[in-house]
This record gives sequence, structure tokens and C-alpha cells, in this order.
Amino acid sequence: MSNKNNITLDSYREIAPKGTIDLAYCLAEHLKGKSILHVNSTKLGGGVAEMLLRLIPMFNDLGLKSRWEVIAGTPLFYQTTKSFHNALQGQAQAISKEMYDEYIKVNQQNIEKIPLEADLAVIHDPQPAGFILKKPKLAKWLWRCHIDISRPQRKVWNFLKSYVSKYDGAIFSLPSFAQKLDIPQFLIYPSIDPLSDKNRELSSEEINSVLNKYGIPQDKPIILQVSRFDRFKDPIGVIEAYKLAKKYNDCYLILAGGSATDDPEGLQVLNEVRQAADTDKDIFLLDLPPDANIEINALQRIATIILQKSTKEGFGLTVAEAMWKGKPVIGGAVGGIVVQIIYGQTGFTVNSVEGCANRIRFLLNNTEVVTELGKRAKEYARRNFLITRHLCDYLALIDYLLSK
Amino acid sequence: MKEFNFMGCVEIRELLGKSADNEQELMELIEEVPVDSIYYHTHSYFLRHFYITGPYPNDFANWAAIQVRDRVLGEKLGILTPSSEKDLEDIRSELIEIIDNHLSSIKIVPGVVYGQAFYFMQSKIIEVPTGPSVSNLDEFYQALKTVDASAIYNHVFEARLRDRRGRSDFSIWLDEVLQRKELADKFEKIDSYMYSLEGLRTKLIELCKQEVEK
Repeated sequence: MSNKNNITLDSYREIAPKGTIDLAYCLAEHLKGKSILHVNSTKLGGGVAEMLLRLIPMFNDLGLKSRWEVIAGTPLFYQTTKSFHNALQGQAQAISKEMYDEYIKVNQQNIEKIPLEADLAVIHDPQPAGFILKKPKLAKWLWRCHIDISRPQRKVWNFLKSYVSKYDGAIFSLPSFAQKLDIPQFLIYPSIDPLSDKNRELSSEEINSVLNKYGIPQDKPIILQVSRFDRFKDPIGVIEAYKLAKKYNDCYLILAGGSATDDPEGLQVLNEVRQAADTDKDIFLLDLPPDANIEINALQRIATIILQKSTKEGFGLTVAEAMWKGKPVIGGAVGGIVVQIIYGQTGFTVNSVEGCANRIRFLLNNTEVVTELGKRAKEYARRNFLITRHLCDYLALIDYLLSK
Repeated sequence: MKEFNFMGCVEIRELLGKSADNEQELMELIEEVPVDSIYYHTHSYFLRHFYITGPYPNDFANWAAIQVRDRVLGEKLGILTPSSEKDLEDIRSELIEIIDNHLSSIKIVPGVVYGQAFYFMQSKIIEVPTGPSVSNLDEFYQALKTVDASAIYNHVFEARLRDRRGRSDFSIWLDEVLQRKELADKFEKIDSYMYSLEGLRTKLIELCKQEVEK
């Protein structure tokens, strides 16, 4: 495997848990020469594309013939699948017959153009789910769902289910996303790439350059939350918790969020956050561009405690990113956060502003606990949330399905 | 002499699409789920927590204590210890009996208010021939220090219960091939359910070291 950074599978040997890369080679032994097809809807941007960009070369390094195809759609198709996405995540959506028809039409057009021969195919998310209609007889096909479908809008789910139930299996990211289906449903957690700009080790020059850029001092402990300015991430609750804790313990708060320029609600939330922060000079609001990976990495590395005080969350990989930097995380007890934070061992899950403030105070006053939790958090992330574990999970599942 | 081949493992986790919001539902689903699900929730815990031992060594106990906030049931389920004399159906019956007795002693059925439902899962273990192969105690002792922790899980927990070999593969080999019955017995006496996999590895290494240095 080689890419622009010359990262190979063996580059992960010193980072992954001892024996993991050898385990991957052993697992791939029977799978050499098998062809694996991945299909999704975008080559650039988003977590799925990022993950495939790294995983596909890893599969090829192991001797599998892995390829990645991307479907082409129309504006109406993307509008439809965006509505599907929202409906599957529980939001009420009005989807017309014309939109359903467009979904079917675009899937059919793509099926005709994209070669589907492979021993096993992984079809990612709802956009290309309709490909199943042209599944070659002897191949095994999996539908990989990356979104939270724990409370889907029934009409849309029933439409999609008519395709999903024809697959040989479905893969979900959390147990709560499982559905009533007659096909096997597998659990594979998402992962972070420890060698990406967002997670790799940074030099002190790189960290200092970020601190200088945003004028962040380091003379007091730093509480950090990295997330979009979105109500479900509860940035106002974070400020309230910080204010409660600050009555007893002096500290800074950094709220680093994604760019809100194309999201009217995001701008509104950002304005509310600005009001809540008021004139407190110890609060830093950073509206970061989408590619601010090194900036986020640096902020996570200089933080004392990292928060992810969401009130609704999918998997919440920012928690694994923070844990990978050896930081204790205080997170809302929702979605994938409860899978990542082992209460009292790698951080704390909380259910209220007061709970969050209590845990901030506790950690600020017990620096040895911060160190200990951070150390455990890093090891827990190493074992459970790195891309090398994700690779082994895929290999095991592929081996299991192809040997059935 | 028959060599010992270390085999690591990877777990494929399967979601059953069944969940419980309260202890009554939990009990009813324990009655009906496949036996592999009972195994998953009472054993795979160790495979998922290499370094950290949670409050209790099985998912049912942790759910009752943490998500339902019923510490009494958590404690009662937490003491459940599988052994070579019990098969998975025995463990299922014991779980049902504990929950049934608990529910008979209280007036309301505890359920989740703020916590998460219990999601039933089951697993398939794929064995991976990671090696090494060893033929004497010293090689075995050295290998224990470096093998992937999943090999410890596979040879101790999988062998005993799911593969119904009664004892760990380590004990069987030490006893039957190396004729070291005393060490094999010491291995069997370890209360494996009270350790993380790394903790268990340390304990096994310690016993081997004592034997090697005799």
C-alpha cells in the first residue's frame, strides 16, 4: 500500500496493539485473490470516503483485490437521499413519489454502468442500496449502514428495507441501530486513523503554531469541546457547566466548531453561543474550516479535559479521537459515547450540566486521576477504535461469509 | 511430542434485533435468545475489555447496575460464575432464576429511565493461527508473554465453555503432554472471571515462572 504520505500497512505496526498486523496477515491468508467491491456515493469528503481511502489500500496490501466504485446521481437524487438520511435519523420528511422514482431510476442507471463482479460487495449507506437488484448469483453482498437508524421514519425505512432484506447481511455501528430484519445483522464500530493529520503525533512547533494562530494561552487548565455548532452537541450546556466549575477552579474553555456558513441553524446556534459566552475572556470560540485537522489535533493535545456533552449522538468518533490523545473525556450518556467511555475508567458519562460541572471540578482537582484515565483511554482507543481493528473486523466477516 | 499451537481469535458480533427496557423483558428474552447470546453476554466481555475490568464480569449485571440503576440485581448477577460443571443452558437457567427471585421480592419492575436498553447480541469466533508453536515449558512461558491477548481468551474461555473441553487448552496440554499436572491444576484454580485478559496473562506468566525457576 502506498499513498501520498507513503503510509503502508506496516506503518501501523508500532501503533496498533501488539500482534494486530500479524493477525490481519493471518486472517487474509485464505482470502488472497478474492475480489471485494465497495460502492458508495462520494469519493471525497465525509467519514465513509475517508475510511475507504485508507482501508482499500490495506486490503490490497494483504493480497485481496479490492476496488471502490462511486455512483453518479442527479440533483433530485441527492435531494432525495438527503431526505432519506434525515428521515432514517428520525426527522419528519416529505418525500414525493417523484423522489422515490428518481431514487429507483438513478440506481438502475448506475447498475448498468458499474461492473459488479466480485466475490463480495459492501454497499455503503442508502444511496446505492438498490444495487442489490443486480447482485450476481454466487456473490455475497453486505449493506453497510453508517447512520443512526435507531428511530427511522417508518415509510422511508420500509421502502429501504425492501432492498436491505435481499442482502446477505447488514452491518451497523451500534447495537441500538439494529432493526427487525430476516438477514444477519453485524456490529462493526467505526474507527479513527492514527496516522491521519487529525490524529498523528504533532511536533511542538506544529502545536505552538496553532496556539499562536488562535492566541490561546496555556497558563491555566483547558477544557475543550470539538464539535459542530449544533444544538444536539449542547454547546450552551458546555458553557453553563464551565461557568459552574469555574466558580471553584480557574480554567479556560475552548469551543471549536465546524464552519457554520452554509447552515442557517448552525449560524443561529453560534450566535446563541456567543451570547452565552458574553464577555468572558477565558472562553475561546473557534469557528474552524472543515479541513482544520491539524488545528483540532493540536487543541486536543493541549487540552486538560475534553468534553463531548451531546444530547443526541450517532457514534461520536470525536470521543475516540480525544481518547487517542490520552485525555479523559466527559461525554453525554447517549449514542456511541457510552460505548467509548467506560465510566470511571476512561472518562465519565453525564446526564446534566451539573453532572458535567462536577466531573470537571473533580478532574481539575485530581491531576493524577486525569493522567491515569487518559492513559487508560488511550489504550482502550488503541484496542477498540483504530482502523487496524476495523480492518480485522472486516477480514473476519468476509472470511466468515465467503466460507459459508 | 505434540506441540502447542497458539491460536488468536477475532469475534464477529451479530445483533439479534431484540432489546429489553426493563428487567421483566430482560428475563423473558434471556429465556428465548440463542445460547450463543448467553455466551456473548457472559464471556465475550473479556474479549472486549483487554485492559479494564468493569464493575461486574458480565453484561447483564453491568446493565442492571449502570443503566437500570438497580444495584441489587447488578450485584446478584455479578456473582454468577460459569464453571466447568455448568453448560450454557445451566447459566441461562441461573440467570432466569436470579432475575425471577429478584422481581418476586419487589413491587415494581425496574426499567431504564435515563439509561439505554439492553440489546441482545451473539458472536461467532474466528480462530486465527497466529502461532507460535511451542514444545516445552520454557517456550510456552516465553510465548505467553508475547501472544495476542485474543489467544489467551480463545484457549481459556472458548475452550472451557463453548468448545466444551471442560478445562483450558493450556491446562490440558500442560497435563497431558508435558505431564505437569500440578501446574495445570494451578491454572484451573485461577478465578479467571475476576481478571481482565491482560491481568489473566500476568497471572499465568507468574505461575509458569515459578515452575520454570523450580
